[in-house]
Amino acid sequence: MARVGVFICHCGENIAGTVDVNAVAKAALDMPGVVHAIEYKYMCSDPGQTMLKDAIAEKKLDGVVVAACSPRMHEPTFRRTAEEGGLNPYQCEMANLREHCSWVHEKAPPTTDKAIDLVRLQVEKVKRNHPLKPIRVPITKKALVLGGGIAGIQAALDIANTGSPVLLVEKSPSIGGHMSQLSETFPTLDCSQCILTPRMVEAARHANITLYTYSELEKLEGFIGNFKATIRKKARKIDEKLCNGCGVCQQKCPVKKIPDEFNEGLSNRAAIYVPFPQAVPNKPVIDLANCTYYKTGKCKACEKLCPTKAIRFDQEDQIEVHDIGAVVLATGYKTMPVSNFSEYGYGKYKDVIDGMKFERLASASGPTGGAIRRPSDGNAPQHVVFIACAGSRDRLKGVPYCSKICCMYTAKHAMLYQHKVHGGTATVFYMDVRAAGKNYDEFVRRAVEDDGVKYVRGRVSRVYEDNGQLVVKGVDTLLGGEQVEIRADMVVLATAVQAQDGAEELAQTLHVSYDPYKFFAEAHPKLRPVETNTAGIFLAGACQAPRDIPETVAQASGAAVKVAGLFSQPELTREPIIAVVDRQPPPVFSHCVGCFLCKSACPYQAIEEESIKNRQGDVLKVVAKVNPGLCQGCGTCVSTCRTKAIDLQGFSNEQVFAELMCI
Amino acid sequence: MAEQFEPKMTAFVCNWCTYAGADLTGTSRIKYQANVRVIRLPCTGRIDFMMVLKAFSRGSDGVIISGCHPNDCHYTSGNYHARRRWMVFRDLLDFVGIDLERVTFSWVSAAEGAKWAELVNEATNKVRALGPYKEIQQLAAVGID
Amino acid sequence: MSSLKVGYYPGCSLVGSSRDFAESLHAVAEALSIELCEIPEWNCCGASSGHMIDHLVSIALPINVLLKARKAGMEQVMAPCASCYNRLATASHEVATSAKTRQQVEEVLQTKIDKLPKVMNVIELLAQVADSIGPKVTKKFEQTVACYYGCLLVRPAKVTGFDKTEDPVEMDKLVAAVGGKPIDWNFKTECCGASFSISRTCVVGRLGAKIMKDAIDRKAEAIVVACPMCHSNLDLRRGEVNRHMEKATDVPVLFITQVIGLALGIPEKKLGLARHFVPVKFPAKPVATQVVQ
Repeated sequence: MARVGVFICHCGENIAGTVDVNAVAKAALDMPGVVHAIEYKYMCSDPGQTMLKDAIAEKKLDGVVVAACSPRMHEPTFRRTAEEGGLNPYQCEMANLREHCSWVHEKAPPTTDKAIDLVRLQVEKVKRNHPLKPIRVPITKKALVLGGGIAGIQAALDIANTGSPVLLVEKSPSIGGHMSQLSETFPTLDCSQCILTPRMVEAARHANITLYTYSELEKLEGFIGNFKATIRKKARKIDEKLCNGCGVCQQKCPVKKIPDEFNEGLSNRAAIYVPFPQAVPNKPVIDLANCTYYKTGKCKACEKLCPTKAIRFDQEDQIEVHDIGAVVLATGYKTMPVSNFSEYGYGKYKDVIDGMKFERLASASGPTGGAIRRPSDGNAPQHVVFIACAGSRDRLKGVPYCSKICCMYTAKHAMLYQHKVHGGTATVFYMDVRAAGKNYDEFVRRAVEDDGVKYVRGRVSRVYEDNGQLVVKGVDTLLGGEQVEIRADMVVLATAVQAQDGAEELAQTLHVSYDPYKFFAEAHPKLRPVETNTAGIFLAGACQAPRDIPETVAQASGAAVKVAGLFSQPELTREPIIAVVDRQPPPVFSHCVGCFLCKSACPYQAIEEESIKNRQGDVLKVVAKVNPGLCQGCGTCVSTCRTKAIDLQGFSNEQVFAELMCI
Repeated sequence: MAEQFEPKMTAFVCNWCTYAGADLTGTSRIKYQANVRVIRLPCTGRIDFMMVLKAFSRGSDGVIISGCHPNDCHYTSGNYHARRRWMVFRDLLDFVGIDLERVTFSWVSAAEGAKWAELVNEATNKVRALGPYKEIQQLAAVGID
Repeated sequence: MSSLKVGYYPGCSLVGSSRDFAESLHAVAEALSIELCEIPEWNCCGASSGHMIDHLVSIALPINVLLKARKAGMEQVMAPCASCYNRLATASHEVATSAKTRQQVEEVLQTKIDKLPKVMNVIELLAQVADSIGPKVTKKFEQTVACYYGCLLVRPAKVTGFDKTEDPVEMDKLVAAVGGKPIDWNFKTECCGASFSISRTCVVGRLGAKIMKDAIDRKAEAIVVACPMCHSNLDLRRGEVNRHMEKATDVPVLFITQVIGLALGIPEKKLGLARHFVPVKFPAKPVATQVVQ
């Protein structure tokens, strides 16, 4: 027999001023199952809470209804009080007599009637509440960081410094990402590699970080705190323990005409190569598609000449499976290729280049040693045109969003050009100048005032080649739309930032949502920027949206803290308001028929298949099972179930229908 | 003299948006008609439309269903499921003979306190004009329950 | 051989200043078994004045034309004049995408608008029968050619839905099909000055000169167009254009239908070549010297 206690709060005058609380208390006593009903001025106060605890003990209550303010206000308070009084906290419910009653209605009999009805609803519900225990899930305190650019490196370092081991997985042969390709960074014009390489080395040497370069994630199974990551370590064809990084193999390789990816095709590399001299780890890799040995079986020059005999032509990819507690996605971005722009020549004009190529030209470690030279004839360009927003903010032919970093790097490029080619002219065609960060606007002003870069507000309709020069046809909107035609030696396009190739596939492998542009989706655009909707997977850097280095580093640290927070607890505790698929004794086993409509309805992939087997191991029935670690308690699955085999604890069908019976 | 008919309204709301929105109505002291009884659910996706039928069979004259705006569901997609089910259920209600004007389906966010009051008032007025929902009770009177 | 029947909207230019376009079009259509059925009692499409003065009028006029075509049972309508084509296509697109515009036009025309015929330009029509052209070629048109598309054939992309906007190729393909050598050049879709031909002829001269210069620099022996305005600005206004050129040029401008007509062996008189301001002649090809055995 139910023994429910009803506690009606006056909330000072807030409730009592409009609702006849005495009448409600009297009516409550008449409700079936209610053995105790009182009213008091302030239930949430100390004496009020003591009253509650005492009543639970004295009257041996097995359910409590606190008729007061909104549960969104004080449910946790009263649940804790109930727990202190010896009652399971989930057997305490609240009737909202304030926000939903006294504050919105006049002082009149219907208001008191409504108050009584609201109490009755909750009494019926609480009679069907079951004691629930919070769910405890173990955590593997090891993190996986996908992507070895500045975001991944920062996140890995931060997590490693809290004492947890980190696996840093990077697709290319070296960590460093796009930042290692940059010459200088805005707004300080710091040499990019100078500030990055110390971090790269730190990451490589850190006791808690294990570097997996030239590796990819194949599969991720499991759930928060309990992931299983399958990593493929692609074969470099080198024994890394023997290789001492001398570089003889690269020098002697006869295949030398492969466009160098790191230098954006401005120079060539060999078939066995280290991506750049400061690569971490400084071990070469054999490009199977271009190596003579793999194509024809001949050559083997590197093997013959390697002083430490480190070449291993028959090395195979290795697959490793690791237990992981949390994942940080830091896979970065790419820029829109120049071949996308038919009005700028489709990429067929050698001297129409993109921002990344310009970085390699300007970089001291680049193919021209930092001198700005035309790719076509190697001369220094005297007139350079920079086109901002190439592909960005373009609903018709490009992407509608702003790529955020281009205004700043265009100003930087123009300044570097003016510093390196004295007497040259730089013109920037822009739509707006977005320089919103710290010291950013001052940086752009320097380009205009100190370095004489000419800014023309207008778009460029066409670039074509004429007699070795590039004719740039644009417009100056601030001069009333006057047409501007410039004969330039080089054109630099600030192409749009896009999601990395393969981002969609990776998102699907990890069950992370992404937007139409394949950037990974954050859990909430304002308040949860480093989490995804998949518990345990966090985001850092440009894989989520275009962003600059300071923001990337900040976000990476943010993601690291979330991981550290997760790992700081001995176990993961979760609210038990979750769905449960019923289990019955044999031969039924469960009312679930295995249609798995619930599985497709669940936004959190919290429903798994469970095979119910007999003693011999034969599968008798495949039914649904809710993963308590993942379920968030929305209940969508419950209403999808045809046989009503799944129910939501805390808002079960029984409870809801009981409430409805009171109408 | 006949008393003015006061409709019984049942509202199924989601905890994160509409319930919070209704709380805001209270905090803002915006008054609305007292006919509605709120059933709190974690998400509109939890709504089995049998509950709506039950509400009618237990004497409700009108039902309000309200949740998070599309794209804002706290659980990502529950409100989409609710919306899809509602599209199908509408036809069923019609077929069964329940006047669709008695059911109001809406989105109220946690910031829309005024909208909640408006919604309740509008729905209540509409149902008041339609009169009491007697059909199911008529069926019960002849033994069909 | 079954003939392809299409609704035909000549517009004012084809019956007036661009009679050569009409003549060559009809000659080629006959040779390729295309039946051009003129839309009965067609009205003006509104042209530039229409859309500059009143939006509703500029949509209602073309829709009226298309409704007449529909009534006559036509499923496709071809408008050789690029401007007429663009107006018909734009009106059709607007009525399909804006319920409000559709309603207004229905009110003005006092009739319901159901399904409208598909609107094509001359290149689209010829592309449809491109396969039948090759076998019928009797005299290959072996000239280096700059195909000039102008502004209205491929823009706006949402309305025309045809070919690539910045770098169209359909006309180039047709020229190649009859033995010509289309060049890759930079002014395929650059402005010629359009109706400034009348109010500010010097603008046409300046812009036309740029177009001609690029074509000539790339050794073009002819400019091929599919629009009466393009033709007029580069042919009729050649005098003005030459005034803006370093060296006057006599490179002829032909309609695509004339090029195809020549390749199909149709006599020059039937193709209206004599109506051009710039005489249609091509540089003599070096004749291979015979080796005497």
